[in-house]
Amino acid sequence: MNSYINGIGIISPQKTAESDEFLSEAVEYNSDFLPCIDPNFKNYIDPIASRRMSRLIKMGVASAKMCLTDAGCSMPDGIITGTGLGSVEDTEKILGSVNEDAPLTNPTPFIQSTYNTISSQIALMLKCTNYNSTYVHRIFSFESGLQDSLMHVNENDQNNILVGGIDEMTQNHLGIIRRLGYWKMEPANNLKLLDYSTPGTIAGQGSAFFLLSGQKNEHSYCRFVDVRTFYRPGNLQMLEEKIISFLADSGLGLQDIDLVVTGLNGDRNNDEHYYQLQNSCFEGIPFAWYKHLCGEYLTSSGFALWLAANILKRKVVPPVVLLNDSSPKRLKNILIYNHFRQVEHSLILVSE
Amino acid sequence: MPGRIFVTGLGIISGIGNNLEENLDSLLRSKSGIDKLYYLQSPLRDSILVSEVKSTTEELFQRAGIPVQEGYSRNSLLGIIAATEAAGLAQLKSFPGLRTGLISGTTVGGMDECEKHYQDFLTNDNANIYIDTYDCADSTEKIADSLGINDYITTISTACSSASNAILLGARMIRNGKLDRVVAGGTESLTRFHLNGFNALKILDSDPCKPFDQNRKGINLGEGAAYLVIESEDSVRSSGKKIYAELIGWGNSCEAFHQTASSPDGTGAFLAMEKALEMSGLKPGEIDYINAHGTGTDNNDIAEGRAIERLFGPHLPRISSTKPFTGHTTSAAGSTEAILSILCIQHQLIWPNLNFSEQMHDLNFSPVTKLMRDVRVNAVMTNSFGFGGNDTSLIFKKYE
Repeated sequence: MNSYINGIGIISPQKTAESDEFLSEAVEYNSDFLPCIDPNFKNYIDPIASRRMSRLIKMGVASAKMCLTDAGCSMPDGIITGTGLGSVEDTEKILGSVNEDAPLTNPTPFIQSTYNTISSQIALMLKCTNYNSTYVHRIFSFESGLQDSLMHVNENDQNNILVGGIDEMTQNHLGIIRRLGYWKMEPANNLKLLDYSTPGTIAGQGSAFFLLSGQKNEHSYCRFVDVRTFYRPGNLQMLEEKIISFLADSGLGLQDIDLVVTGLNGDRNNDEHYYQLQNSCFEGIPFAWYKHLCGEYLTSSGFALWLAANILKRKVVPPVVLLNDSSPKRLKNILIYNHFRQVEHSLILVSE
Repeated sequence: MPGRIFVTGLGIISGIGNNLEENLDSLLRSKSGIDKLYYLQSPLRDSILVSEVKSTTEELFQRAGIPVQEGYSRNSLLGIIAATEAAGLAQLKSFPGLRTGLISGTTVGGMDECEKHYQDFLTNDNANIYIDTYDCADSTEKIADSLGINDYITTISTACSSASNAILLGARMIRNGKLDRVVAGGTESLTRFHLNGFNALKILDSDPCKPFDQNRKGINLGEGAAYLVIESEDSVRSSGKKIYAELIGWGNSCEAFHQTASSPDGTGAFLAMEKALEMSGLKPGEIDYINAHGTGTDNNDIAEGRAIERLFGPHLPRISSTKPFTGHTTSAAGSTEAILSILCIQHQLIWPNLNFSEQMHDLNFSPVTKLMRDVRVNAVMTNSFGFGGNDTSLIFKKYE
């Protein structure tokens, strides 16, 4: 059973929406936080509906619409979203007032704070009554959605599943997470993120939707082979065994992997783990990274999947994502590997 | 023929009991958990009724077998208590070597702690240990750690159908050969966050809720957690363990009508129930009981009632909502009511729809109002519908 990525819609801190450019001029920021380059939302969302939507919902709905247009699909057989935090903006509005004696009077922030708002707003826009679900598990959020989508395609190869990962960052939340030491204390140049020796990384956000389908067509970017998540997989050796076993389930070995797209983010505590793997099971395989382009967020692997799918379709690797100029000799199989605090790990495998 | 899915473990904590046996006992005695707010501090204390788990958070630590410590939300503790009971009955630890998953539904996540400490998060480092409780994954990971599950874990949030979708996903992962057995369900503690939210929507009742009654006025929110252990045929084979029921049908549909309201004719409810029934291979007349979503809101009960009438026609099963017992446990409702439904199959009885007095003028049926004993219950449908029109229906059948 094969599945394919037949459409993509993505809003990110790079020029990915309404642009055919493929990172030829990466957008440079000097900040601890990368904003998104918004498309003209009017092109995707009815202005009356748009007025009530908070930003995250607009991003989600617009990129879903872009994806369907890209795929030439008007009615998906399922809508699945992943979001680590949902609408932080709406959640904050409630949290800000929760301890006051006066009860909340406007229900809109509460409604929009529920995590499934984006998937249901997309369904509402499309009048799509098919399967609909939302995953909310840190960096597994988007991958769980991919896993669900892949099963839908396995269950029926005529299925077209719209699946996306969406997260936003606000100034308040940036400050809260900074307390855990995840961000750099000073603004950083995103394109030189690996040159800093300080701990922490830069925050990001984005919305990336994909149409996963059992049928290859003229819109296809690549084959979507498999996805897997590991929770507390044990020591490095145990993790390596799991990576090898994941590839073996698709009839591949490490020697078949032409490029590993990693979650390197410039934080020593985070990156050391990738370098260890580079010296062991990933030895000799060209490394790419992407978080300097979109920032760190819980569904950033959506950006990585956009990157990998485009590399396979265009047969070119943008130099800005390559580590150590380690250019791949062939572009057939790409493995995306991301982890969060070395607790949650995820793998996505795509092929030409 | 697709692989069969067996239920081998049940665990529940709710406003009517701290474990399966206590819940069963309250149900048999028609004892409701609805009362005034006692444990949660809220200015809404005098204006609404709820179904709280009757324990302080310290007592929950004790029940969960964990030393009292910082960083644990009430939501996590409820989840650990219920999931541990389910895992125990299914003897998960006695049969190692099987691929085991945990799929949990929640929406408020650890918001019960987060909302207490939010001003600290914004201004100082005093409550950093609680920052992780902000998201939904926190409770799931604490449950996974407590059960020692790491083959697959994830969290689903589709509002009030979250736990049903967790069970549905678990079943599909087993059928797709990804896992052998799954602990699936949901957990939700009461928080000011969602109490205020539902209050702003003006759908909370200040009296005990009256689902499917002409004079119903709204929801009593509840808290609790409930998990099922579901397993593949191969996983159960030759284990000799008790099988509580078989999961034979599921349906998920998005109504795509309105962000919070159901369509008047209950299109989403109809589609979810129709899909589940079709998958089960049963005829409408073969469903013996529907444990309805039945929230007690004006909107839900009309939509759901009409959808049931349309789907079942002259073969209307017996129907009741058990929310007057447990309150509406939102993200935990799907698994809470799945367990209550399985108890009906096990004990051949049907739970009453408490507080009912007058049939809705828009519907041609009344719910069951008195506990029915010694009644044939072979197959049960249980519904959970959420904001966003995320509607899910499950069908359980007696194991044969």
